[in-house]
Amino acid sequence: MHTVHTQMNRMFLISQADKRPMYLQIMEQIKERIAVGDWAAGQAIPSIRQLAVDIGVSVITVKRAYLELERESLIVTRQGKGSFVSSDAGVGTRIREQELAQQLEKAARSAAQLGLTPKDFERRIRASFERMTEIEKEKESV
Amino acid sequence: MNEMAIEMSGVCKSYQFFNLQDIELRVASGTIMGLIGPNGAGKSTTIRILMGLVHQQRGEVRVLGHRMPEEQAAKRDIGFASDDMRLYDGMTVGWHMNFMRSIYPSWDGGYAQVLLKRFGLQAEQKIKGLSHGQRVKATLLLVLARRPKLLVLDEPTTGLDPVARHEILYELTGVMADEGRSVLFSSQNTQDVEQISDRITFIDRGRIIDSMDKEAYLDRWRRLRLEAPVGVALPALPGVIGIRQTGRLAVAIANEFAAELPNAYENSGARVHAVENMTLEEIFVANVERSREGVTA
Repeated sequence: MHTVHTQMNRMFLISQADKRPMYLQIMEQIKERIAVGDWAAGQAIPSIRQLAVDIGVSVITVKRAYLELERESLIVTRQGKGSFVSSDAGVGTRIREQELAQQLEKAARSAAQLGLTPKDFERRIRASFERMTEIEKEKESV
Repeated sequence: MNEMAIEMSGVCKSYQFFNLQDIELRVASGTIMGLIGPNGAGKSTTIRILMGLVHQQRGEVRVLGHRMPEEQAAKRDIGFASDDMRLYDGMTVGWHMNFMRSIYPSWDGGYAQVLLKRFGLQAEQKIKGLSHGQRVKATLLLVLARRPKLLVLDEPTTGLDPVARHEILYELTGVMADEGRSVLFSSQNTQDVEQISDRITFIDRGRIIDSMDKEAYLDRWRRLRLEAPVGVALPALPGVIGIRQTGRLAVAIANEFAAELPNAYENSGARVHAVENMTLEEIFVANVERSREGVTA
């Protein structure tokens, strides 16, 4: 029997306003699902072909996203059994850590271009952190 | 797995003002091939040859294992749609659906009804009362509901509104749920090709310029944003097809990007501000401009 797709299956959002390649957008949305716990550690995830059909993108693009996620040890693919979220219980935290590390690296590069010393950079990060805490506090008091 | 749905090798066809030369094209089962190229590049001629509608002067064509144009029986398993396909003006959409059902045992009536609704068509409508876009949708419905092993579509999304375009793209990727089916389509819309193709074939002036895995193809191209301080001349580096510079800022386009390339610029005294991916649209333009200028990389 043939399956008929419904709009409900379009659970991933590929945007042309997003300048990144599609495989990166798919990777990010899978990471987000893992980070918030919708796709739990060890859980089976859609096959490459199935996800491609669901999203409406080419198989090769989803395949690339899966390969990169495997390289980052966030998912595993077992021959003949399909793909799974890594069984490591801290996989969600690992994704958040990875995001933080990437953003800090980017910030460090900008700081270096401005000629900041590591001490200056540290001071700026501390200030940003304090500002963020302040804003959050104000939000709560409203 | 690597069964070929389409194989063309050494295919040539000459017209007075146009030559299709040495076309090599392979489409594996279970994949979508996107054919792109400027107007008059040879996309439609290529499609017509593989459908056996135009006969090549040289070269081999096999479609679903059948030689074309000799073995036209292959068409039973091919769903072909192009802009110049004729429906009967005086008949309704529903009449055409019944007609297809009577010819093709694979006709899926339930799926046809789903598509009818999804495309916003009505079975009682006569063809002559349909807009251009509605005719295109009706044609595609008649082809898709046959669930053919191979879909060959010449510009399937041209003239469609955005909703209909998305529906078509979605139906085409849906075909891939079955690993034994394949799609070849041509399009002027590079976004469509970028979204749903597993492989891309780029044709210009009757020749195939590139035919490869889409991810690998997109990955080869990069745009580098550079800053060249006064007195620093940007070197010509391998893999770079062009540089445009205004003042200190420059943009380099690489068609064979390698991880060492940014370092090579840095070593020449320039600064690399960004390394950006390019969309298929941007690659298309860069590729055609380069071939028009007759520049060799």
